[in-house]
Amino acid sequence: MAYRWDFAPILDNWQALAAGIAGTLRLFLVCLVLGLGFGLLVALMRIARQRPLRWLAIGFIEFFRNTPVLVQILWFYFALPMLVSVEISPFMAAILGISLNSAAYSAEINRGGIQSIEPGQWEAARSIGMSGFQTLRRIVLPQALRRVLPALTNRGIEIFKMTTLASVVAYVELLHQGKLVASLNFNPLEVYTVVGALFFLILYPLVRATYALERRLARSD
Amino acid sequence: MAGPVLSLKGLGKRFGASPVFSGVDLDVASGDRIAIIGASGSGKSTLLRCINFLERPDEGRVILGGEPVGEARQRGGGTEMRYDERALNRLRQRVGMVFQQFNLFPHMTVIANVMEGLVTVKRIARDEARPKALAELARVGLADKAEAYPAHLSGGQKQRVAIARALAMEPEILLFDEPTSALDPALVGEVLNTIQSLAEDGRTMLLVTHEIGFAYHMATRVIFLAEGGIYEQGTPDEVLKAPRRPLTQAFIAGHRRFNF
Repeated sequence: MAYRWDFAPILDNWQALAAGIAGTLRLFLVCLVLGLGFGLLVALMRIARQRPLRWLAIGFIEFFRNTPVLVQILWFYFALPMLVSVEISPFMAAILGISLNSAAYSAEINRGGIQSIEPGQWEAARSIGMSGFQTLRRIVLPQALRRVLPALTNRGIEIFKMTTLASVVAYVELLHQGKLVASLNFNPLEVYTVVGALFFLILYPLVRATYALERRLARSD
Repeated sequence: MAGPVLSLKGLGKRFGASPVFSGVDLDVASGDRIAIIGASGSGKSTLLRCINFLERPDEGRVILGGEPVGEARQRGGGTEMRYDERALNRLRQRVGMVFQQFNLFPHMTVIANVMEGLVTVKRIARDEARPKALAELARVGLADKAEAYPAHLSGGQKQRVAIARALAMEPEILLFDEPTSALDPALVGEVLNTIQSLAEDGRTMLLVTHEIGFAYHMATRVIFLAEGGIYEQGTPDEVLKAPRRPLTQAFIAGHRRFNF
């Protein structure tokens, strides 16, 4: 007997899914800003002249790249409060796990971008009297970030999808809400199909927007 | 009479254990145009880059406008030079440099390239920096390319923009590091003409070049680098037409060979 698709229970529960979308977007935006921002900072530490800064950055990158985000989220939620007496909400645990992991990845992307800029660019800037920091800010970073934009877009997509991992600590995001709806109505086929489609519908326009940004930045080529 | 604009006293540079040059003494008076020639690897470019400290010299001193750059400190029997980053940034404002590979900022328009030093380093307001940058572009004949990006220029045009970028800082000395070596032969002329017109304005300049003919016509003095130092120097006629020492003679003969 053919399966009869029935989306009515999902429409009845649209508020639960809408709350999930809101939670997903909230977590995504926070992790995107923190992950990419901190990633730039770690990249600069990674290429700093001071050795302790470099070591710190390398330690951070390798630790967070080589452990699963899921484990990190669980660790921040269940283990960290046992070490230090802090209250960690599911939201906070997810932010820590996803942001720090993304920072480690994007730090390496940014480092590659910065180091791909020809030494002649540094020399030309220094030769007109610009300081190292001015050179970085005005000359090197604008070019480096443009080069790594496609790779950072990938990171952004990953961050968006990683938000689903927050469901393990019962953070209210789209997958978590989907599970709830599916278990109440016994309709996993419809629910997970809709959840997947919703992710695509939100993410795809965002990715298209980054293509437009790339084209805008390519004006000088 | 005013002292030299630039003096090098016993300047030396090593890469690892091998010395590039050592004990270079040079006085540059205002209006001097010094061509630095020599075989590949003789340290011409390195010498030039030590003057604005893109390379740190390992020994000796650079004296700009009568003021020694850096502080000498006694340390473990010898003297060690200490250079303050901010002092070097100020020095580089006074010493312009033009590179073999142009090194224009590709993400900025031509006018923004020329304005960059004025705005970021000299902190001049944009609406004040702009006419000044345009005037420098007009000087190199590229005012009509102000809004273009470097990628849309020919090599010769790029190098002229790079010259305008250096000029905008109103440097006391201009350093040219093989400014035509990366150019198509057809584009060399326009860059040499630009440099020639700067020479006619009485600008002080040091030029590392392989264009011996141009050095002959433009320079007030020619320096031949070999064996880790200044091997021979004099007027263009002395060094290029009647070199006295064997390595200079061989070098000039090698360059003359295919001239007709």
